[in-house]
Amino acid sequence: MKRYFRELSVAAALVLLLLLLALFAPHFYELQPLLSRLTAQIPTLVLTLGIALVMLTRQIDISVGSQFGLCAVLAGLVSAGGHGLPVSLAAALGAGAFMGALNGCLVAWMRLPSIVVTLATMVTWAEVLRLFQQGKFVNLAPGVQWFGLSQLGGQLTLLGVGGALVALAAYLLKNTSGGRHVYAVGSDAEAARLSGINPSAVTFGVFVLMGTLAGLAAVLNLVQSPQVDPKCGTGLELKAIAAAVVGGVAVNGGRGSLWGALAGLLLLATINPALTFLHVEAYWEKAIQGLVILLAVIADGIRSRRNLN
Amino acid sequence: MRQPLLRLSQITKSFGAVRALKGVSFELHPGEVHALLGENGAGKSTLIKVITGAHQPDGGTLEIGGTTVSNLTPTRARKLGIACIYQQPALFPDLSVSENIGLRLEGGAFFAKVHWKQRRKNADALLARIGAALDPETPVRSLSMPEQQLVEIACALGSGAKTVIMDEPTASLTQVEQELLFGVVRDLRASGAGVVYISHRLEEIFALADRVTVLRDGQSISTRAVRSELGAMELTEEELISLMVGREVASIYPHRGGSPGETVLELENVCCAAGGIANISLAVRAGEILGLAGLVGAGRTELARVLFGITPADSGTIRLLGRNVQVRSPQQAVSLGIGYVPEDRRRHGVILPMPIAENMSMAVHPKLFPGKWLRFEAERALGLRFIEELGIKAYGPEAPGGSLSGGNQQKVSLARWLATEPRLLILDDPTQGVDVGAKSEIHRIIRDLAAKGLAVLMISSDLPEVLGMSDRIAVMRGGRLVETFEGSTATAQRVMSAALRPS
Ligand SMILES: Nc1ncnc2c1ncn2[C@@H]1O[C@H](COP(=O)(O)OP(=O)(O)OP(=O)(O)O)[C@@H](O)[C@H]1O
Ligand SMILES: [Mg+2]
Repeated sequence: MKRYFRELSVAAALVLLLLLLALFAPHFYELQPLLSRLTAQIPTLVLTLGIALVMLTRQIDISVGSQFGLCAVLAGLVSAGGHGLPVSLAAALGAGAFMGALNGCLVAWMRLPSIVVTLATMVTWAEVLRLFQQGKFVNLAPGVQWFGLSQLGGQLTLLGVGGALVALAAYLLKNTSGGRHVYAVGSDAEAARLSGINPSAVTFGVFVLMGTLAGLAAVLNLVQSPQVDPKCGTGLELKAIAAAVVGGVAVNGGRGSLWGALAGLLLLATINPALTFLHVEAYWEKAIQGLVILLAVIADGIRSRRNLN
Repeated sequence: MRQPLLRLSQITKSFGAVRALKGVSFELHPGEVHALLGENGAGKSTLIKVITGAHQPDGGTLEIGGTTVSNLTPTRARKLGIACIYQQPALFPDLSVSENIGLRLEGGAFFAKVHWKQRRKNADALLARIGAALDPETPVRSLSMPEQQLVEIACALGSGAKTVIMDEPTASLTQVEQELLFGVVRDLRASGAGVVYISHRLEEIFALADRVTVLRDGQSISTRAVRSELGAMELTEEELISLMVGREVASIYPHRGGSPGETVLELENVCCAAGGIANISLAVRAGEILGLAGLVGAGRTELARVLFGITPADSGTIRLLGRNVQVRSPQQAVSLGIGYVPEDRRRHGVILPMPIAENMSMAVHPKLFPGKWLRFEAERALGLRFIEELGIKAYGPEAPGGSLSGGNQQKVSLARWLATEPRLLILDDPTQGVDVGAKSEIHRIIRDLAAKGLAVLMISSDLPEVLGMSDRIAVMRGGRLVETFEGSTATAQRVMSAALRPS
């Protein structure tokens, strides 16, 4: 109970918001728009899972937005070239894993600070994409959108994939040695090393996983529209990091859970539409989101100070 | 009677459900060395943190120099003339020794100009005064734990405080540095300062203290004079122990084992430039405890780090069970059956936010969880077993490592390696900061493990422990192995003179 206090309080805030909406803006619950809003968050959710893992190992990856964009365009081009969705998916996952591995090499083996490394790769991949694509949209082959199903079918599939992924990742993180190693390395890399864990391998693995998830997220985004916007990844890294932070994943590693990150994402994603439905002026949105993030960081600060004493 | 420097009465302090202090009264007079004694987790460090303003007491009164203070902060305590050497050195690892000393002592305004020369000179003088041979320009990160402790001592001395608190200052110091420290303590006493002195080594208390206050389970049990007015001893060791523990404790070392078995570890001319050790040749056999003695900086910890693959050897051969091996990383060492309990549990041992059961299972995942999935009941059982066996004071296996007292953290770190059931166990000061009861318990466990065929390499700064436990004693000096004694023939004198002899 005490251990999951943070996750539970974020979930409680979310429930409260949903209750408010049910009371004052029942329109929020109209099925089709609600479903669309939810599926639109699935790619961010996948990124958030990756970011949460990266943050648990006491690293950060701000290049995920660029990775996402690159993977999306690549998958789109593969699809436009007449290949099926599985080939596009494989291309996106491969490209993501490659970019993740590059970050991982630089951070884990060359021991460079991850904020600097991923800042550099963020700019690099974004520039590569800009030079290569010149801002042009990619038209997808027919049959890619909604996996070739009906819109409803596609949306339900997306929800299923997202939900299954969170459950699987959270289960693995809690119940395997690898998951435990993530926490150990994030809390105290030196102590972990002296216990026979290889912190570099753990860090590297997490970055590769992050890249792969960015590729997956790109595909889960691509199936929701007939075209790929080469700018689709812009700013996603901030959304994912914010969700993880609000959900209680500690910026200095070792504490937090994926369920918390999910709750954080849902809370942040509900605030915007909620404000619209509750007739709050639109320009308050960003301010309120910022406030929520600030609150989360302050709560973390208080918690770690208390742990120190 | 002069005004006491400190007077605490009925101090209470809880951490959540844990009642660390349940009513402690304590007085410190000028010119006295007042020892604070108690088992691990009795509340000594917590009491100290109340005095230094690091913790706010929940109840009771605290008087400093005759005036009652409330809402004490560390800054204010320092202004009131209280200096403290904490159980774990609290220095800035990336700054140099002189910068650390400067930061602690100068405390000028934000824009105050730093007088580098002056600062350096100050540091030099202080280090010289305590007799520590340290270069003030070395970054603290590269110092060993005992060397950091010396820096802390220099800071406390330099602050000119009237009340100096030392929380287990000697836990990691060897005989020679200990004598340096005792000199500092006696100087302080002679100058009219009061010293609060915490240690688990009773002989130090008899050598230094004027009075002793015993804590048990967060309560002050009694305060006694160590010597009468005429200088005769008023207390016996047995009395102190029974006050502290509330029962009898075997203070003798367990019997040495029978005849040792096959050779487990054999070193031939092992060198490691990074660790500053050269030409080490030695052998440890199954069932044998090899004690490694020497001064701080003699290369004992460095040798342990070489054997565990942290700073791999440059040359020479390491043979494990007759096979030549290269130990290139800790993982490899673990898979070869080597366990290592490091000297600095805070930095290299226990993961503070992690529950102690998880800390203990850290190095045994493949063995404890053969089916790849973690099994929480098995982990919990492991935790409970060691909490019971080592007498760890914690509210349960799910308590985070950081909530334990220093000595109990040490036991968690030991448990992690006992759980791996290694072939070779390297212990770097295994009982530092552990109370007398638990210490003899740990000694018994180590001896039992050896009897079951484990080879033990034990580094210890506590000479009686080395003499009492070891089957053989190897002495290091300046990164080399200089002499080896049979445990039964070694004496404190012979070991010390081998450790000290100029080369
Ligand atoms: N931050 C904390 N949170 C929870 N419990 C704590 C905390 N700090 C100390 N305790 C508990 O308070 C009790 C007293 O701890 P303290 O560190 O004062 O013991 P100690 O006498 O210094 O022991 P040692 O000889 O091992 O250093 C212990 O049971 C410990 O677990
Ligand atoms: Mg203590």
